[in-house]
Amino acid sequence: MTKDGTLKICKKLIICGLICLFSMSSLQRAYASDASEGEGFNPGDMINHHIKDAHGWEITHGVVVPLPIILYSEPDGLMIFSSSNFFNNVHEEVAYKGYLLSHEHISRVDGQPVYDFSITKNVLFIFIDATIMLLVFFAIARGYKKNVGKAPKGVQSLFEPVIIYIRDEVVKPSIGDNYQKYLPYLLTLFFFIWFGNLLGLIPGAANMTGNIAITAVLALGTFFITNFSGKRAYWSHIFWTPGVPWWLRPIILPVELIGVLTKPVSLMVRLFVSITAGHIVVLSLVSLTFIFHSWMVGFGSTVIVTLITIIELLVATIQAYVFTMFTSLYIGMAVEEHH
Amino acid sequence: MLMDMQFAVMGAGIGAGLVAIGAGIGIGQIGGSAMEAMARQPEAFGKIQTAMLVIAALVEVIALFGVVVCFLIYTAGTAAT
Repeated sequence: MTKDGTLKICKKLIICGLICLFSMSSLQRAYASDASEGEGFNPGDMINHHIKDAHGWEITHGVVVPLPIILYSEPDGLMIFSSSNFFNNVHEEVAYKGYLLSHEHISRVDGQPVYDFSITKNVLFIFIDATIMLLVFFAIARGYKKNVGKAPKGVQSLFEPVIIYIRDEVVKPSIGDNYQKYLPYLLTLFFFIWFGNLLGLIPGAANMTGNIAITAVLALGTFFITNFSGKRAYWSHIFWTPGVPWWLRPIILPVELIGVLTKPVSLMVRLFVSITAGHIVVLSLVSLTFIFHSWMVGFGSTVIVTLITIIELLVATIQAYVFTMFTSLYIGMAVEEHH
Repeated sequence: MLMDMQFAVMGAGIGAGLVAIGAGIGIGQIGGSAMEAMARQPEAFGKIQTAMLVIAALVEVIALFGVVVCFLIYTAGTAAT
């Protein structure tokens, strides 16, 4: 067989494989059984359930991995127990030791405030993301130690172009000579967001980077790094903007201060919205099948969902790249020498 | 459904459609000028394509703000009934 012939067959096999993979997502099979019980299918509830955080990891309908609940309240102090205690045999919500879990919100039966530090689905996925990153990067480091002077092999050769691209095309041009100081954080940021976005696309996984609290912390990281490494030129540009008449500068001051805030806020909202909306679109198209109860709609919806999930893979990478690029740009603007 | 909620949900639908128009126009213009630039200078194909995808992602995010808001209105509308 010619090289062109095998290439064509490989492409067809990959496309068939992807369609099979996404059409057999447990989502479609799981909710097929729901249509017959009780009330009709409510797409809003289903989508909300998949987008939001949860105290147990529901891998598929009925297979729930209970996660630890960690609570602090004034009367009881620190309480740690499994989230399966909140449900009885027939999977109804019951109160446990004076606490109630309702719609993923934990409250005390007597109404006093309770602070929820539980390991929820998203926290679990932060740990999974961190574990994957540690495994990958220690493997790459071992590869570099073993292959000194030789060509890269294995995991090392998969990630080396990506790392070098981030270093040479994103970080070095923005920050300039001092880039070594910020490169570890920016690489960690890129890979955390990239792996987090990709993990979120697996059926049954958590919408981790689509949680505004997580993106807020990532944006806070950018905020603190830019403002703590800001040089005199950076702060003088904000408080005493050069190039404008002196009487205009106090008017520009609040605008510049808002500018300091809007940059991280835009980072936070951009990542949250693109990932969450991507998931909402995919879930809405999947729920078309269950609204119409039709095989033809099911077939069409599967094809469209496959294509859109492939686009979401691209969006996952682009949003990680954009977050890292803007962060390095803001750091570069902060550490720029006066010219 | 309550009459007010019907209008709220209808508003969400119309909003999502309008948001799509904005995204369509924006990304269409980006794609158009990218095509033109690639035709003028085929050697720069790779760089132009990368820049086009990145900017399209930024414009798309603004449209997605609207999608998420409309989705929240829809869930609030159906939940209030």
